[in-house]
Formats: sequence, structure tokens, C-alpha cells
Amino acid sequence: MSVIVFADTRGGKVAKNTLETLTYGRKIAAKDGGTVTLVTFGDAPQDRLSALDANKVVVARNIGDADSQQLTRLVVDMAGKEGAQWIIFSHDDTGKAVAPRVAAKLKAGEVAGAITLPNEQGHIKRNVFSGKAQAWVELKTPVKVVSVLPNSIPVEAASPGASVEEYSGDLGAAKVTVKETRKAGEGIPLPEAEVVVSAGRGMKGPENWGMVEELAKELHAATACSRPVADMDWRPHHEHVGQTGLAIRPNLYIAIGISGAIQHLAGVNGSKVIAVINSDPEAPFFKAADYGIVGDAFEVLPKLIEAAKKLNAER
Amino acid sequence: MKILVLISHVPDTTARIAFTNDNTAYDASGVQFIVNPYDEWYALVRGLELKEAQGGTVTTITVGGAVTEPTIRKALAIGADDAVRVDTEPKDGHDVAAQVAAFAKDKGYDLILAGKETIDHNGSQVGPMLAELLDLPFLSLATKLDVADGKATAERDVRGDVEVVECALPVVVSCAKGMAEQRIPNMRGIMAARTKPLQVIPPAATEALSTTVKFELPPPKQAVKMIPAEEAGKLIELLHSEAKVI
Repeated sequence: MSVIVFADTRGGKVAKNTLETLTYGRKIAAKDGGTVTLVTFGDAPQDRLSALDANKVVVARNIGDADSQQLTRLVVDMAGKEGAQWIIFSHDDTGKAVAPRVAAKLKAGEVAGAITLPNEQGHIKRNVFSGKAQAWVELKTPVKVVSVLPNSIPVEAASPGASVEEYSGDLGAAKVTVKETRKAGEGIPLPEAEVVVSAGRGMKGPENWGMVEELAKELHAATACSRPVADMDWRPHHEHVGQTGLAIRPNLYIAIGISGAIQHLAGVNGSKVIAVINSDPEAPFFKAADYGIVGDAFEVLPKLIEAAKKLNAER
Repeated sequence: MKILVLISHVPDTTARIAFTNDNTAYDASGVQFIVNPYDEWYALVRGLELKEAQGGTVTTITVGGAVTEPTIRKALAIGADDAVRVDTEPKDGHDVAAQVAAFAKDKGYDLILAGKETIDHNGSQVGPMLAELLDLPFLSLATKLDVADGKATAERDVRGDVEVVECALPVVVSCAKGMAEQRIPNMRGIMAARTKPLQVIPPAATEALSTTVKFELPPPKQAVKMIPAEEAGKLIELLHSEAKVI
């Protein structure tokens, strides 16, 4: 079984979702002793690529992430050369643009946002209805495309040692070009955060977010917010999690002063652990929570910050 | 500028999620359906704003049976000029993209807008698949979109950064929060929508590349563990020692 894993290897280190997709690809290949070829792009250093647990790494040095047509040509060409039966992506920003294109080009069935490996029947589970249900999907085509939802597959220890080749084929000119990249602040990007501290209207005004940010800093967490808070411009739109904002699935989601409307839950119900702080004991969010505190945010938050500082000092 | 907006017919955000036929089909009985919020609030409204500023037409396209027509009329009430319905129950995301591609391929659209995903299937598949089938570039997860001098410029949030990307028309764009504000249709729009053209076309021949074999509901959540407010610090201890997430 020949498996292609496509990953974005740019940035300071190998991202966790790259390791997740490699684990996924390796497990499929291992069923009949097949090979895994990691296909990537950009300027990741040679030693980082050769440390990945694939049989081979093929890197296209001269293209970026913005033009999904070039990336599609790269993956389709490599899939043909390797005779790939499975093509695995991360369901991240780049994978969401490229995996469906590759599937359409190859007339291959695609599971978008897989949360399991194939079961004995070859069916793969994914979230539907914004996480309120799951579906088992059967792919009916000889070549199968899967994008793996980040934080769904535990990374397994790797035995590094890949040969690295530079891709030399013609990928055409880029039609989409990057004019500018505005770096975010120093905070942790929300989609990649393992811990998220989120707050809503219960904070009463944007001037009160200092405590939320302080707790996030102590917990090495990203900050997020509810829709009303983003709509009132208390916080930037990219922090809005929920049905119409960003869907996230961190290990820990702490919600402060958010009632937990069904539309908000749809964006966070994939979180492994949810802790809710709300002054209203009837807030619907408590029904979806693992831990809850009924109390005033302005009294509870300082206690949480103090406890987090104590925990950090002890470890 | 000729603009095509993909409109999906989905259960309301608060709809009960249940299944029938041995958990193989969504139970739509008694469920209110709406325009997929990403299609409506961001793709359609931004399409209308661009048309109002620069001239042109906004056509919507929906793949689905006659049951989707009230949803299509809602999009017309918000301001689309005309609508197309491909008369078939779509088999999967690829089928939707293939049906839209079969219609759009010789129509010369400058801009094709779709929401970043639907709130029922959540696949984010149709936009990029359509772009591939039409051999067009694709701007994914755009939070801002402008068109000038035959070029589209979009902003997108990538790995926590904001990327400004540019591309010559024609192009397919998937639209996310930030691109536009929701518009509530007024009475005049609702009246006008009744007589706007809604063309029903037969489907192209396609085959299913994937099928959903079974749905399931997540296991019920365990009861919440409550901590008294005066001992709030204990939450941090439990998250560390019991839940092991910090």
C-alpha cells in the first residue's frame, strides 16, 4: 500500500498536526508493509525533514501555500509516481484548500475532517452537524483522500530517518500571490492552542479583558471570545469561536461569562475538557461542562490566576 | 461583474439533530431549514455589496429538490437577481461541486463565492472541488474580499497570521467571518423575491465517490463537577491533577 502524506512543514518546528497525519499514514501503510512518502513545500531545513518518520520526503522548494493549484499539481504528480492508494492531509488551512482539489482531480472519494482511522470495513468517522453528531463514511474509489482533523489522532513515537529529495517537476506559475503577511502578536494562534481561555458578555466591557489575558498567559493558552463580544468589537473577529466563527478542539476550554448558546457550543464541543464559570446557575453551558463554578467572574478570575501562578511556581 | 453564489439549504442552527432509517438519514421532520449562514452572511452579502458598488449581477445556485425553494427565495429576498436550482438530491460534496461546475463552466462568471463550509456536513469541500473542476484559482477562508482592475484581493487568517493574497479573475472564493454583515430582508425584498426568476435545471450524470453509511450521536456527557466560587483556585488543581490538561 503506497501512502502519500502531505504536510505544511514551514515555521519554526514540525507542527503537531504534521506528526498526527504521519502517524495516520504510517498506520494505513503498515497494514500490508507499504511505504509512506511525505510531500511538502517551502524552506524547512534538510535535517528537520530527514528526521521525519517517512520512507521518503519530497519537497518542492520554490512554492508557497497560497496557490492551491500548484500544490494540487505537486500532490497529484507524486500520487501518480508513487502509485498512491491513500493521500492523507491535515484538515488545516492548507489541507482544506488542497485535499478537495486533489480528490476532484483524481475523482477520488474524500473524507474531510477524519477523527478515526479506517475501521474493519474501511469506514472512517467524521464530525457532522457542527460536532453535534458523527458520520461513518465509505470511500468507493480505488484512490482515497483523507484530511485528518487536528487533535484527533494521538501521535505515536517515530523512528526517524527519511531520504529527502527535492521536487524538480513543473508546477506552473502561481496565479495566487501573497502581497503581505501581517504577523499576529506574541500570543498562541487559536487553532493550534491546546488550552483556550474564552470570555463573553459576562466580562461587561473590553477594558476588563486584562484578567482573561493574564489567566491565558499563566496557562500558556490562547484567548477566544463569544459572538456578541466580537460583534460589539470588544475583541477581534478572529477570536470568535462558535458556529459562525472558528470551530476549535483544544484539550481544555475555559469559558468565562459565556451562557453557552447552542451556536457557541457547536464551535467548542470537540474540546476534551470544558470548564465553565458563570454567575447564572441556569446557564446552559453547565450541561456541556466537565467542571463548573457558579460565581462572579471578577471574583473568580483573580483566584484562578493566583492558583495558576502557584502551580507554575511549583513545577 | 458576473457573480455566482452557492447557496446551501441546511437545518437551523438550533434544530434538533436526530436520524431515521436505522441511523442512515437525517430526520428532517418538523425541522426549520435556513440558508447556510456562511453562504448567506458572508458570500451572498459580499457579492451584493460588490455588485452595488461596481455593477453586475448576482445569481445563486443550489443543488437540491423542490423542498429547498423557500431557502432559495430567502436568498432572492436578501437581494440576489436570479436563482438556479439543480434538481437532484446531492450524493456527496463532490456531486454538489460537479453539478455546479456543469452549470457554470460556459457561463463566464468572474467571481464564484461559497461559504467556507456548511453547518450540516462541515466538509469545506465544495469550493475547492468546484475550483478544480473549472480549472480556476481558489482563495480559501477569506475574511475580506475586494475586486479592482480585474483582480480579487482577499485577506485570510493562516496559522494565526493574516495573509493578503491577490489573484486575477475569474476565481472561486470561500468566505468566512469578517467579510460582511448579515442583512435582514425587508418587505420589498420579500415581495420582489416571489417573482424573481428561479430556473430549475436537470442534473448532470454523476456517480457517488463516497457515502455516509451511518450516523451516530455522541455519548452523553458525564455530570458536571461543581466547585464553590470561594474555592475557585481548586479548579486549577483539578485541571492539573485530575483532568491532566494543564
